[in-house]
Amino acid sequence: MLSPIILIPAILNGLLTGAVYALVALGLTLIYGVLHIINFAHGALLTIAMFAALFCYTLFKLDPYLAAIGLTPLFFCLGYALQRFVIGPAAHGEDRNILLVTLGLSVVIENALLYAFRADTRTVNLPYGFDVVQVGPAFLSVPRVIGFCVVIAVALALWLIMRFTDTGKAIRAVAKEKLGAELSGINVAHIYAVTFGLGTACLAIAACLLLPTYYVNPHAGNAFVLIAFTIVVLGGMGSVAGALVGGLIIGVIESLSGLYLGESLGQIGIFVLFILVLLFRPSGLFGARA
Amino acid sequence: MRSYATIALVVALLALVPFVTASNVVLNFMVVALLIALVGQGWNVLGGYGGQYSFGHAAFFGTGAYVTAILQVRYGVNAWIGLAIGVAAGALVGAVIGALSFRSGLRGSYFALVTLAFAEVLRVIASVAPITGAGVGTLIKLDLRPEAFQFQSRAPFYWIILAFVAISLLLVQRIEKSRFGAYLVAVRENEDAARAVGIDVFRVKLAAMTLSAAITAAGGCFYAQYFLFLDAGIAYGPWISVEALLAPIIGGIGTVFGPLLGALVVKSLGEATKLVTGDAPGLDLVIYGGVLVLVVAFAPRGTAGLFESARKLLRRRERTHA
Amino acid sequence: MPDMLRVENVSCRFGGLLALDRAAFFVEQGQIVALVGPNGAGKTTLFSIITGFLAPNSGRVLYQGDDITGIPPHALARRGIARTFQIAQPFAGLTVRENIAVGAHLLRRARVDALAAAETVAQEVGLAPMLDLPAASLTVAGRKRLELARALAIEPKLLLLDEVLAGLNPSELRDMMPVIRAIHDRGITIVLIEHVMQAVMSLAKHVFVLAEGHMIAMGSPQAIASDARVIEAYLGHGAAQRMRGAPHG
Repeated sequence: MLSPIILIPAILNGLLTGAVYALVALGLTLIYGVLHIINFAHGALLTIAMFAALFCYTLFKLDPYLAAIGLTPLFFCLGYALQRFVIGPAAHGEDRNILLVTLGLSVVIENALLYAFRADTRTVNLPYGFDVVQVGPAFLSVPRVIGFCVVIAVALALWLIMRFTDTGKAIRAVAKEKLGAELSGINVAHIYAVTFGLGTACLAIAACLLLPTYYVNPHAGNAFVLIAFTIVVLGGMGSVAGALVGGLIIGVIESLSGLYLGESLGQIGIFVLFILVLLFRPSGLFGARA
Repeated sequence: MRSYATIALVVALLALVPFVTASNVVLNFMVVALLIALVGQGWNVLGGYGGQYSFGHAAFFGTGAYVTAILQVRYGVNAWIGLAIGVAAGALVGAVIGALSFRSGLRGSYFALVTLAFAEVLRVIASVAPITGAGVGTLIKLDLRPEAFQFQSRAPFYWIILAFVAISLLLVQRIEKSRFGAYLVAVRENEDAARAVGIDVFRVKLAAMTLSAAITAAGGCFYAQYFLFLDAGIAYGPWISVEALLAPIIGGIGTVFGPLLGALVVKSLGEATKLVTGDAPGLDLVIYGGVLVLVVAFAPRGTAGLFESARKLLRRRERTHA
Repeated sequence: MPDMLRVENVSCRFGGLLALDRAAFFVEQGQIVALVGPNGAGKTTLFSIITGFLAPNSGRVLYQGDDITGIPPHALARRGIARTFQIAQPFAGLTVRENIAVGAHLLRRARVDALAAAETVAQEVGLAPMLDLPAASLTVAGRKRLELARALAIEPKLLLLDEVLAGLNPSELRDMMPVIRAIHDRGITIVLIEHVMQAVMSLAKHVFVLAEGHMIAMGSPQAIASDARVIEAYLGHGAAQRMRGAPHG
């Protein structure tokens, strides 16, 4: 059972899956870290991104990796607009209202997709969709290896943005001390919207990375998002490193528990882990102690 | 006294509906609307008065529904006893989730998240566990006798759900005027200040959650008897968690009649949508989500709040024109 | 007769910051005592520890001879310890009457009784004209009175007032002092955290001075006012000497 021939591929595959989880979680944790809201619409937004990537391929014959180049800025704008013109104004700044608004948005988006596209599951068949590369005893799917590398690159890019650009510094300022940032002349509403946009941009990239190997239907985003929530809570709300490391860990756990316990129990395992972390250590492994 | 009289009046008027119309469509609409009003009132106790927003009330609805269904189908227990046990089971689940969450000090978004997670766990378990029929679901056998909590026509069902709603209205009215109600609202407004005047915040929240769960579970039990079919998505699905909070928010959060008002508005919207666009899946929820966002944005105190603001506006106009 | 309140060697650490270092003071029953000191000295932290909102790292708090360290706030409120908050914490969505009634409910089950008692307490602190206004619409002075009223409504034996006079203009101050004196005359033991020196001087029997987490002086108000250590704590190193050497006029 514990032979390396079975274990190593499971672990490696877990890492590959975990990378995409991490990207989804990254957007969520960024939004929480800066806006201090839990974006209940994250899953629905991922689903739209997946549909967008799907249609880029079926209608325009655009390879998902190419589509990402166009979709990423598009989804950045979508996220920016959502926060600036819908969520921000509707919530009047009250925490409870933000919860309800993002929930409402998620319900609208998911069911609009359901209405427009029915519940059918769609997949794409890419020429390289089944290519594998051998790493030790494991045969790893090429698209997923590419996905892993892209995620690392995106995380690096985000880190560079946060560290060295003016906008990045403004974002960090707002996250740390909103009032002070505002008094220094930073337009907080704009920064909030930029952060939200970055979060949805991450979703667009994640969607394109998932398309070659995953299915698309109106509920697809949700499956990822509960896992993303677990990662964010585990890694610490607002911690980018936490989201990355947490994502990889969760990916491996999921892979191993799927191996030993089967699919559905594996699913419950993630939920139970989520609940346990919320109950006993909501600040996460990397988060600030409350 | 005036408020109890209002409740009596409203209930009496609603009781007349089966005499005014013989249409099954209308009766079915009203039954479902009252069901949502009941479930919404349950949410209202914890969310409206207590200020703790749960996104997973399906956990209590589904537990009530499944317990009563399984007891009848697999153990031959009488439906009415099943109802009592179902409500108790729902209350127990509420107490457990509440104890765990409030002990850990979970509030706001974290509380919403954890309730969501609990509901999802139950849904996944129900979708694979043999006792619930897993993917196939649970079917309650047709047995059209009052002793089996089933009736030939819809009218008795209607009066029973109306009775449940009436009880919930009286309960909430009673709470509003009691010490528990004052404490619950204090906890909602400011927990530390509440503690400083002697309120055991944990106990108050737990009691609210348990009561909230019991009321919602009663709705679940009724659902099982009325529709006679359950599966994991129906019992524990997000649809009921959303409708449970939508009704009170639209109707007036933290008020006695809010959930009833809101349920009628929500369901009417659903019907209107169906008339205009046909019976497509998902569209009603799109409207509901949109209305939720709009209500939060423009009428945070719901329809009841709109009435209040309108009344104040009229009074001010009267005064300036006098 | 044991002291009403005795704080023994209480220390409290927040991460790297030692907020309180073996702080100690005591109050006898029926007295008014003041806790003073520059901002950041740890006074509110001490109140939070006494009333159960925070647990100390070491030391203990004795109330009427019983060790109450670590007992939660609501239990202490039921035993007769009331506090106000430095930044007023009203129940914003409720009226003034309903706010006070929440406190009054501690000893009264029925809503009518609590509301009636709220009216009485409101009259005592001068809030009667505002009873049916929303608490959120009160001025700073009004909110401070509401804090006081709500604390009084639980009929405490020990009342801890955290800067209840701060931010009041001279006429508001003039109105509040007799209120506090009247509460004291009823036999309630009072501990005041105050910056308003005229209140400290005229109300308190004993004064305890806290600076940077340490107790640096204690005594009568007059003794404290001329204590060099106290002057330095407020005005800086060497201030006492400068004051003594300053020319008159």
